Amino acid sequence: MPNDSSQSPPDRRPLIAFAWLWVGAPLAYGLYELVQKATKLFTG
Amino acid sequence: MSPPVAPAGWSRWLVPPAALSVHLSIGQAYAWSVFKPPLESALGLSGTESALPFQLAIVMLGLSAAFGGTLVERNGPRWAMTVALVCFSSGFLISALGAATEQYWLIVLGYGFVGGIGLGIGYISPVSTLIKWFPDRPGMATGIAIMGFGGGALIASPWSTQMLQSFGSDSSGIAVAFLVHGLTYAVFMSLGVLLVRVPRTDRPVQGAPSTLQGPQVSAGSALRTPQFWCLWVVLCMNVTAGIGILEKAAPMITDFFANTSTPVSVSAAAGFVALLSAANMAGRIGWSSTSDLIGRKNIYRVYLGVGALMYALIALFGDSSKPLFVLCAMVILSFYGGGFATVPAYLKDLFGTYQVGAIHGRLLTAWSTAGVLGPLIVNWIADHQKEDGKSGASLYSLSFVIMIGLLVIGFVANEFVRPVHARHHVPAPREEALDAERQQPESA
Repeated sequence: MPNDSSQSPPDRRPLIAFAWLWVGAPLAYGLYELVQKATKLFTG
Repeated sequence: MSPPVAPAGWSRWLVPPAALSVHLSIGQAYAWSVFKPPLESALGLSGTESALPFQLAIVMLGLSAAFGGTLVERNGPRWAMTVALVCFSSGFLISALGAATEQYWLIVLGYGFVGGIGLGIGYISPVSTLIKWFPDRPGMATGIAIMGFGGGALIASPWSTQMLQSFGSDSSGIAVAFLVHGLTYAVFMSLGVLLVRVPRTDRPVQGAPSTLQGPQVSAGSALRTPQFWCLWVVLCMNVTAGIGILEKAAPMITDFFANTSTPVSVSAAAGFVALLSAANMAGRIGWSSTSDLIGRKNIYRVYLGVGALMYALIALFGDSSKPLFVLCAMVILSFYGGGFATVPAYLKDLFGTYQVGAIHGRLLTAWSTAGVLGPLIVNWIADHQKEDGKSGASLYSLSFVIMIGLLVIGFVANEFVRPVHARHHVPAPREEALDAERQQPESA
């Protein structure tokens, strides 16, 4: 029977992907709005 | 409350999003101006009055970061993020009550006082933890988090505007908008509270150090070193120089090209402000990461030395070329952001990771000082130049010369930064005791 130290730790990749998506999605929205405004310097 | 220790196999790449969830939220503070016009019309306030919640929030940010830093170090990042979540969200909820009942003092108290404590504690909450997880790349790690503070306004500004359009700009519409902000930010920040962990010190966890490395200095001792005050001057001068442009970006570009063949329209000036925000944000992650490669002292030489050169270029040739003006301003703003983001790693290099969060909190008083100094210099001089009948670029010439002088002072202060003398170091047994406190891992 394997002891605790021989058990492999759980795969964290789905949690990492979720966490980055959680913060990345609103940041992408903010950047999109920023680009929209910034282009006015050259077109407005 | 003991800090949450990472279980075996915990990834350090879960810590930056935890930090970002807090910084992207509290960065909303820089989008307060969205609420100013509706509040002024709904509650009959002047421009000065409607700025009060923001101003109080920034004062509270500085005070709570300076005085709460030691508590943050003692209780850990989860405690700090929880306090930040509760204060920041409660601030909005109290403000919602204030708007609904048309009691403006409640908005000042809620957003400014209670929310401001959330800003200060939230700002420093992940810094120390990130540095411990990324000893190989502390500049990049803190750059990601502090970039979030810049990014928070980019998200909140259009989001809050859309919300006010949907709910209405009267007092009940503002109340609903505040309520939604408070609840949404509570949910968003909870990711940070749930995910944040400090690394185990008994064995390395994906690049984290097994023990405290290098000289360690307590927050109390750090204040007695010349290095702390040299860095204080460096940060204050760098931030003052950045705010000098940021504060008056839109009128500045309009004035600069008012008497030329290519005048700048109001919407184009807004585009310029947006571009500066992008440069500010990019500088936070870009320059801070670069500091991991070329060293902290060298990157501040660039911020302060090249920054002074950029100001000189604007002062001499800025009104002859719009691209040159925009480019120089963007570089200055990227250095402004970079200065904020790199300073925690600089502190770690000098004082170690032992109480770096608390030391960082105390150093942020330089930010508060610069926040007053920068706008004061530029506005006061521009007003007096206008009274003397000047116009266009000459309104700002003297301000730019002063900014160059301040950057040179900062450059000299940076040159005086040397490794901290051994008499300020924490004795080795204290480190061992600290290690022992962290040996009880939390279940995943």
